[in-house]
Amino acid sequence: MFARIATAAAVAVAMSTGAVARDYVSIAGSSTVLPFATIVAERLGRNPQFKTPVVESGGSSVGKKGVCDGVGTEFIDIGNASSRMKTGELEYCDKNGVKITEVKVGYDGIVVANSKKGQLLEISLADLGKALTAKVPACELRNYNCAGEFVDNPYKKWSDVNPALPDVEIRVYGPPTTSGTRASFAEIVNEGAYGKVKVVADALKASKQKSSALRAMRTDGAYVEAGEQDNLIVQKLNEDPNAYGIFGFSYLDQNSDTLQGSVLSGVAPTFDAIADGSYKASRALFMYVKHQHVGVVPGIAEYMTEWTKHWGDDGALSDAGMIPMPKAERDEMAARMKNLPVLVAADLK
Amino acid sequence: MTETTVRVLSPQDAIDRVGATLKRRNRSELKFQWLGKSAIGLALAFLVLLFAAIFSNGIPGLFQHYVTFDVTLDKARLDPAGDMSPSSLYSGDAEALVREGFLAALGNPEGRTKTRAARGILSSGSAQRFVDFVLDNPDAMGQTVAVKFAVDDDIDSFLRGFIKRETPESDRRINDQVIAFVDKLQADGRISYELSDYLFFGSASRDAEMAGIRGALIGSILTLFICVIIAFPLGVATAVYLEEIAPKNRITEIIEININNLAAVPSVVFGIMGLAIFIVTFGMPRSIPLVGGIVLALMTLPTIIISSRAAIRSVPPSIRDAALGVGASKMQTIFHHVIPLAMPGMLTGTIIGMAQALGETAPLLMIGMVAFIVDVPGSVTDPGTVLPVQIFMWADFAERMFVQKTSAAIIVLLAFLIVMNASAIWLRKKLERRW
Repeated sequence: MFARIATAAAVAVAMSTGAVARDYVSIAGSSTVLPFATIVAERLGRNPQFKTPVVESGGSSVGKKGVCDGVGTEFIDIGNASSRMKTGELEYCDKNGVKITEVKVGYDGIVVANSKKGQLLEISLADLGKALTAKVPACELRNYNCAGEFVDNPYKKWSDVNPALPDVEIRVYGPPTTSGTRASFAEIVNEGAYGKVKVVADALKASKQKSSALRAMRTDGAYVEAGEQDNLIVQKLNEDPNAYGIFGFSYLDQNSDTLQGSVLSGVAPTFDAIADGSYKASRALFMYVKHQHVGVVPGIAEYMTEWTKHWGDDGALSDAGMIPMPKAERDEMAARMKNLPVLVAADLK
Repeated sequence: MTETTVRVLSPQDAIDRVGATLKRRNRSELKFQWLGKSAIGLALAFLVLLFAAIFSNGIPGLFQHYVTFDVTLDKARLDPAGDMSPSSLYSGDAEALVREGFLAALGNPEGRTKTRAARGILSSGSAQRFVDFVLDNPDAMGQTVAVKFAVDDDIDSFLRGFIKRETPESDRRINDQVIAFVDKLQADGRISYELSDYLFFGSASRDAEMAGIRGALIGSILTLFICVIIAFPLGVATAVYLEEIAPKNRITEIIEININNLAAVPSVVFGIMGLAIFIVTFGMPRSIPLVGGIVLALMTLPTIIISSRAAIRSVPPSIRDAALGVGASKMQTIFHHVIPLAMPGMLTGTIIGMAQALGETAPLLMIGMVAFIVDVPGSVTDPGTVLPVQIFMWADFAERMFVQKTSAAIIVLLAFLIVMNASAIWLRKKLERRW
């Protein structure tokens, strides 16, 4: 008898919630943006008028796809991403009738770091790409009969890449394929810097490959996927002084007493160098706000305004390791939050 | 009759033969025992290592540093609307009052760098804590009273010795000025190290010093409640039907095989199903314990069904025969005799299934319960998260203090699990009947 009552009750509860409107903002996406988004969400929640927004993780692709899934309170309101939307992803939005506004919230540096017990790595971005990309042009190894041929990355030690580098085995811990940090790293370092080297560019042209082919990372043990848990990488680096790790600047910032950031193309990863753009391995952090939900779900506009209170040079977000935008860019984004211009494919070109 | 030679061992022969191999056989028995003991020893060593690691990090995580100083409860500034409502107190100037009190405790330092250093010592949630204090002590309005505030997580790490004074200032998270202030506060006896009230009464927070498990704990309880009210009746009913009522034929056999298979399905698959059915098709909101509970109920059903069937099977047939013999109907036999006698086994299976559900994160990922949720869920339809998710999220935050908080949360989760398992054993002992 109890069984019947309990099941009936459960079914009744299940039916009744279907129509309930959501009274809190629902956010999902990049695990790099998450620490900052949660700070903002928490501050908004201190205002007794609003419920604290719910922030889910999942990765940049989850944020961009999730916000485009459809209109209605069962879908999320804002998607976070640490890489910009691609036209293909915007098409998915259009297909589902979702209108979004793109807001840049700040920057994050990608650092290569190791334990202070190990050797400081001073490396050019191109050499870093050469050490970590999966395939290198054969012409780099021999100068006959090699046009357009790519072979598996043969370099075992940093000194094999460039004699000026330490005579230490290449072992780099980094994030998996779902991560925006990895995507940006591969885009900036493998494709952007190493792909511009003449011998690589020629080989790409000869083999009729796109430069994005270089984005693949090594799988022979030189690059080790350590999961989305950046703290795990930090722990491993403390145990193994010869290993290097790739993660967001905030983790270096928090562990500045035990870790040192590698100097990339002559620039050390400091707060100021990332902010002024001289440190090249950095990417913008975005949020994609669904138009149709602004004004329907309470708190979206206020959540956006809350960002503007903390994203300055002196705010809570920079304390947590986010690199603020220059003043002019902040003003432009603040205006976007008010006017909510719809993102169209032409903007992404 | 043909001659057959039957070899008969003489007793002496038999003794010799047994004696010849006795040593070897004894040795192999000893070896096997030793192997078994060392396996258990290894398992125990790992367990000790695990507990040592968790407790050495987690016990300090239960405590944190506080600083106590005088604050003036200025009615006009605290409560501009004058009605003591949360929104009035929120728009009031609690933050400035706390800051003024703190600067006074430091001897009113001057200059922007100094006031900035001082500001960094206090937790960023101090104003809110002050407002809560005012709400709890409305009589103190207008007076100047000593209030206890949490220190920032960096200061806490410094006081614990994780941030070292010897580290050069440029590599340290806190500068020399802050250390000088902290030394002064310590010399004045204002800093105390005590059981963290945030850990148990606070909710999720990005500020390590204010992060607590209350929201996750309540989320876990709500989720398990939904899970048990769905899984237990359904599981028991299925088991009773399959064991006692259903005819043994091809169809019930297929059902049986499928239930056993379902027990081996990876838990994340149930999450995907939950997303497809409850959220997409039925349009339920994401992140709510109701959906989480249903998904976990589906996941634990096979465990409950299998253990309930085993319990029903272990009820001696003589009990059924006796009941039927004195004229009880089939239903009466089942409900008056079989189920009560099988109950200890069913409850044990249910509690073990629940314990399993308590530790799950994977199926909850798909339905949005792996999320940063600050507000404590008040009902099963408010967004909520669960303990293992909280642990998973804390483990990934960059701030050092979260390491201890993570271990402290693991201790709470373990305690929860031990209580559940202990109650399973207690229930079994209490209700068990021997034949």
